Amino acid sequence: MAKPGMPLGGPRHGGGAAMGQKREFDTKNLFRILKMMFSFYPVLLPICLICIIAAGAVNSVPSIFMQKVLAVIETYVKAGNTDWVEASAEIVPLTLTLIALYAVSIILITLQSQLMAYITQGFLDKMRCAMFNGMQNLPIKYFDTNKHGDIMSYYTNDIDTLRQLISQSLPSLLQSSIIVVTVLFIMLYYSVWMTLVVALGVVAMILVSKNVGGGSATYFVRQQRAIAKTEGYIQEIMNGQKVVKVFTHEKKVGEEFDEINGELNQVGFKAHAFANALGPIINNIGNVLYVLCAIAGGLFLTLGAHNISISGMAFSISIIVPFLNMTKQFTGNVNQVSQQVNMIVMGMAGAGRIFALMDEKPETDDGYVTLVNVKEGKDGEICECAEHTGKWAWKHPHSDGSLTYTPLRGDVRLTDVDFEYEEGKPVLHDVSVYAEPGQKVAFVGATGAGKTTITNLINRFYDIADGKIRYDGININKIKKSDLRRSLGIVLQETNLFTGTVMDNIRYGRLDATDDECMEAARLAGADDFITRLPDGYGTMLTNNGSNLSQGQRQLIAIARAAVADPPVMILDEATSSIDTRTEAIVQKGMDKLMEGRTVFVIAHRLSTVMNSDVIMVLDHGRIIERGTHEELIERRGTYYQLYTGAFELE
Amino acid sequence: MLKKLAKCVREYKKPTVLTFIFIILEVVLECLIPFITSDLINTISKATDSAGVEMASILKTGGLLALMAIISLCCGGAASVTCSKASSGFAANLRHDMFHRIQTFSFQNIDRFSSSSLVTRMTTDVNNVQMSFMMLIRTAIRAPLMLVFAITMAFIMGGKLALTFVVIVPFLIAVLLIIARNAMPAFRRVFKKYDRLNESVEENVRAMRVVKGFSREEYEKEKFGDAAEDIRRDFTKAERIVALNSPASQLCVYFNMAFVLLVGSRIIISNGGTTINVGEMSAMLTYGIQVLMQLMMLSMIYVMLTMSAESARRIVEVLNEESSLTNPAHAITTVADGSVDFEGVSFKYSQGASRYALENVDLHIKPGMTVGIIGGTGSSKTTLVQLIPRLYDTTVGTVKVGGVDVRDYDLDTLRDSVAMVLQKNLLFSGTIKDNLRWGNENATDEEMIEACKLAQADDFVNSFPDGYDTHIEQGGTNVSGGQKQRLCIARALLKKPKILILDDSTSAVDTKTDALIRRGFGEYIPETTKIIIAQRIASVQDADLILVMDNGSIVASGTHAQLMKTSPIYREVYEQQTNSAGGENNG
Repeated sequence: MAKPGMPLGGPRHGGGAAMGQKREFDTKNLFRILKMMFSFYPVLLPICLICIIAAGAVNSVPSIFMQKVLAVIETYVKAGNTDWVEASAEIVPLTLTLIALYAVSIILITLQSQLMAYITQGFLDKMRCAMFNGMQNLPIKYFDTNKHGDIMSYYTNDIDTLRQLISQSLPSLLQSSIIVVTVLFIMLYYSVWMTLVVALGVVAMILVSKNVGGGSATYFVRQQRAIAKTEGYIQEIMNGQKVVKVFTHEKKVGEEFDEINGELNQVGFKAHAFANALGPIINNIGNVLYVLCAIAGGLFLTLGAHNISISGMAFSISIIVPFLNMTKQFTGNVNQVSQQVNMIVMGMAGAGRIFALMDEKPETDDGYVTLVNVKEGKDGEICECAEHTGKWAWKHPHSDGSLTYTPLRGDVRLTDVDFEYEEGKPVLHDVSVYAEPGQKVAFVGATGAGKTTITNLINRFYDIADGKIRYDGININKIKKSDLRRSLGIVLQETNLFTGTVMDNIRYGRLDATDDECMEAARLAGADDFITRLPDGYGTMLTNNGSNLSQGQRQLIAIARAAVADPPVMILDEATSSIDTRTEAIVQKGMDKLMEGRTVFVIAHRLSTVMNSDVIMVLDHGRIIERGTHEELIERRGTYYQLYTGAFELE
Repeated sequence: MLKKLAKCVREYKKPTVLTFIFIILEVVLECLIPFITSDLINTISKATDSAGVEMASILKTGGLLALMAIISLCCGGAASVTCSKASSGFAANLRHDMFHRIQTFSFQNIDRFSSSSLVTRMTTDVNNVQMSFMMLIRTAIRAPLMLVFAITMAFIMGGKLALTFVVIVPFLIAVLLIIARNAMPAFRRVFKKYDRLNESVEENVRAMRVVKGFSREEYEKEKFGDAAEDIRRDFTKAERIVALNSPASQLCVYFNMAFVLLVGSRIIISNGGTTINVGEMSAMLTYGIQVLMQLMMLSMIYVMLTMSAESARRIVEVLNEESSLTNPAHAITTVADGSVDFEGVSFKYSQGASRYALENVDLHIKPGMTVGIIGGTGSSKTTLVQLIPRLYDTTVGTVKVGGVDVRDYDLDTLRDSVAMVLQKNLLFSGTIKDNLRWGNENATDEEMIEACKLAQADDFVNSFPDGYDTHIEQGGTNVSGGQKQRLCIARALLKKPKILILDDSTSAVDTKTDALIRRGFGEYIPETTKIIIAQRIASVQDADLILVMDNGSIVASGTHAQLMKTSPIYREVYEQQTNSAGGENNG
C-alpha cells in the first residue's frame, strides 16, 4: 500500500482522462464566469461589450449604403446619364457617411480588442491566483488523494481553454450573433421572401453542424482517452528506461508502444476529420445558398413577384445585389459560430474543473491559541512583546475574557488516539504517547503500522477521530494551525527543495534568518561541509527539486532548513534514510546537538538512528505493542529484539 | 531540422499530396464562383429589362454555380479527411520514431534528458507540431494560391478598380509583419515564464507538506502572486500587439469598400456601364475580402510556425541524438564465462568533467566468485558495476567479460548474460507474472516459482489472494520495498545470467532473508559470478572478495578477515555497525 504520508501523485496524465468526463454544457459555469468578469471589471467590461455590440451593428450597416449607391448608379445608367459631377453630388455624401461610420467602427474595434487583451489576461491572472491561494488553504488530505498531474492540469490545460474561451470564443460568438441578428433584420427590411430562402439554408447548416459536430465531439472524447493511455505508457517506460535497457526489452516495449500509438492515430484521425470537414461544408452550403438566392432573386425579378418587406421597396437589382452580399456575410458568421461551439464546450468543461478546485472546502482552523514572543519581567512573570526574543509562549484567551500565557516547552501528549484515513479502515487504535520536553521519542514498525500517521496528527495535517492530543497542556485543536506548525520542525523522507539558492532553501525554515544563522544551521546539520564545496557554495542554484544534489545531500539541507526554524519540537520522519551509515556517523554529532534540548519524534528504519532515544515505541497495525528504552526492549526479547537481530523484516 | 521532420511523413505522403490537390481544386472553384456569380447578377439585372426572356440563362448559370459549390464541397470534405489522415499519421510517426530512437539510447543519452522532458516532447511538443503541420498542408498552398488568383481575377474584372490592392496588400503585409515581429519575441518570453510558473506550481504541490509544515502558505501565495502578475503584464503586452491585427485588417476591408464604391460608381456612371458593370463591382468587393482573408491566414501561419518551431527543435533533438554506444560490426554473440576483468579503467560521466568518477581500477574476478563492494555514497560503487554490462563505456582502459572486451560483444548478448538489479528499481504495471517474464519471456510457471523461491519471494507472493496473478501498480507502489526488491531479484534470476549484479538490492530486506537469498545463490547458481553492492557489512562478509571503495577508487580489497586487518575504513564501518545497532538491521 502506498504510504499515506507520501505524495500519491506522479505522472501528469490524468488531465487527459479527466477532460473527457465532464463535457456537458453547463450554463451555470458560464454565468459564473461572466459574473466574476463583471465583478473584476465593472467598468471596463461593459465598455468592451458596448464596443463589440456597436462594432457588430456598424459592421452590418454598410450593405444599406451599398444598396443606396447602387440604386443611384442604376438610375443613372438606365437614364443613360454619364455626368459624374451630377452623380457625385449624390454618391459622395453617401460614401463619406460610410467612411465616417467606418472610422467609428475602427475605433471601436481597436478599443475593444485592446481592452479584451487586457481583461482576458487580468481575469486569468485573478483566476490563477484565486486557484492557487485557495489551494494553499486546502487540507493535506486533498493532496494525498488527488493525483498531482490532475492538479497541474488545472493550471495548464484548463486555464488555457479558459483563455481561448474568454479572449476568442465568447467575443466572436457575441459579435457573430449580433451581426447575424442585424443582418437578418436588414434582410427582412429588404425582402421577406428572400429572407425565407436564407432561413432554409440556415436550417440545413444547423442540421449539418449538429451531426458533424456531434461526431467530432464523440471522437474527441475518445481521442482524449487514447492520449491519456499513450501518455501513461510513455511515462511509465521513460521512467523505467534504464530497466528496459538492462533487460534488453527495447524491442518488446517498442511493439507495445506501436500498438497504443496506432490506436491513437486512428481515433485522432476521425476526430480531426470531422472537425475539419465542418468548415468547408458550411462554407459551401453558404455558396449553394448564395446561388439559390440569386436564382430566387432573378425569378422574383423576372416574374415581377410582389415583394413583402419592412421597407416596402419593390424588387430591383439594387436590392438583390446587397442581399446576396448579406447572404455571404450571414453564412460567414454562422460558420464562425459553429467553429466556436467546440471551443466553448471545452472551455466550459475547463471552467467547471477550475471552479471545482476553487470550491474545494478549505482546511478549517478554529484555533484561537496563538504563539507569541515573550520576555520575562523582573518578578519572573512573562509578558508579550513584539521583538524576537527567542522565548515563546502560548497566548490563551479564555471565555471569561482573561488571558493566560503558557511558556512553550515542547511537551506533547497523545492520549487514547484513534484515527482512520478512510471510514472503516482504522489506522491507529488507542495510541498514547507522552513526550516530555527534551525527550527523544522513536517509532519503529513495519510500513503501514502508523508511524507517519502519528506525526500527521501532531501537526494536524489530519484531525484525530477520538482521543486527545495536548501540546504544553493545551488541546491542539485550540491552537491556531499556523502557530502549532511553527512550533514543530519537520523533516520528511521525501525531501522537497524549492527552486532557488541553497541559502534560500535553508532560509525557508525562518524567513528572517540572517545568512550567518542559515550557515550556522547548516553546520549543525552537517551540511556545511558539502555546501561549501559546491561550485557557488551557499549561492548555488538548486533547480528541479535539487536534482543536482544526491538524495543524502538534499536530506542534509532539509535538516538545516528545520534547524534554522529552531522549533522546540522536531519530527524526523526517516530524515537520514538516504545518508549512508558512515556519513550518518559523521553528521551524528551535529544531529545530537540539534536534538539537544528539543522534544524529538524520530521515525527511522535504521535502528542505529533510534537506539539512543529516551523511549522507543514499536508499532504494529496501528497499536503500540512495545515501549521502553533500547536496553529495556532488548531485555524483553519481544518484537524489537527480533527486529534488532534481523529476524523480522522492517518494511 | 525540417528535413528531419519531413522524413517522418513517410506513408502519409499520399494523403498529404491528395490534400494539396483537393485544396487546389477547391481554391479554383472558390475563385471561379464569384466570377460566375457576377455573370449571374448581370443576367438578372438585364432580366429586369426584358422580363421572362433571360430566365433560362439564369437557371443555367445558377445550375452551374450550384454544381461548382457541390464539387467544391466534396473537395473541401475530401481535403479535410486526407489532411486529418496525414497529420494524425505524421504525429504517430513522430512519436514512433522518438520512442524507438529512445530505445536505442545508452544510459549516457538517457541521463542527458530527464524522463519528464522526454514525456513532454512525445506529447505536448508532438501535438504542437501536428497542429502546425495540419495548418500548413491545408493553407500553405491555399492561401498564396487564393491570393494570386483573387488579385488576378480582380485585375481582369475590375481593371483600374483593382488598383486598390496595390495600396492595401503592401500596407497589410507590412503591418502584419511588424505585428508578428514584435509579438513573437514577446510571446516566446511569456511562454518561457509561463512554463516556469507552472513548474513552480508543481513544486508547490509536491512540497505541500513542507509548505504547511512551516506554515508558509502566505509566503507561497505572495511568491505566486508576484510571478503571476509578472506574467500578466508580459502576456497583456504580447496580446495587445496581436490585437492590432483585427483593426488593421478591418481598416483594409473598409478602405477597399469605400474605394470600390466611390471609384467604381464613377467609372460605371461616366461610361454608362460599359467598362465595368454592377456585377463586376460586387465581385470586386468579394475578391477584396478574399485577399485580406488570405493575408490574415498567412500571418497566422507565420505566427503558429514560429511558435511551434521550439517544439520542433525539441523533437528533432531527440531524433538526432546518436546513441553513444554502438554495436560493433562483427559482434561476438556468445559469452564464454562469468569472469570479469578491469584493466586500467578510468571513467568520467561527461567529457567536460574535471575529475574521473572512477580512477585506475584494476580488478580480476573469476567465474562463480562472489564479490562484495562496500563504500559510502558517492564512492562510485554503482559506476563501477555499470561498466560490466556496458551501460557506459570506459573513458580509459578496458573491461572484459569472459575474457573479451565488452565493446566487442553484441549488446543484447552481453546484457542478457549480465543481469543487473538496479538500485533505483522499478516494477511495471501488470501482473507479477508479467513482471517476471521481463527476465525470460518464455519462462514456465515452474521456472518463475523456482526463481521466486530463490529470491525468497515465493512465500509472500502466495500470501496474496491472487498469487502470481496479483496486479502490480505502476512503479510497484502496492508492494513493500523489501518485496519489490525480492521480485526484482527473481526477475533478474530468470535471465539465468552468467554474472549477477545486485546494486544495493536487498537494503529493505531483513538480514535473515538476505542471508537466505545469499545462501541460495551459493547452492543453486554456483557457476554465476555474483557482485553484491551493499551498505551492511553482513551482506558482504562471506564474499570471496570484498572491495572497499572511496572517492572513485578501490582503496582496499580482500576477504573479511584480511580487510579487518588492513583497511581502517572497513574496520570503522564494521565496528560502527556491530557496536551501535548490533550491525544487523541497518537499511
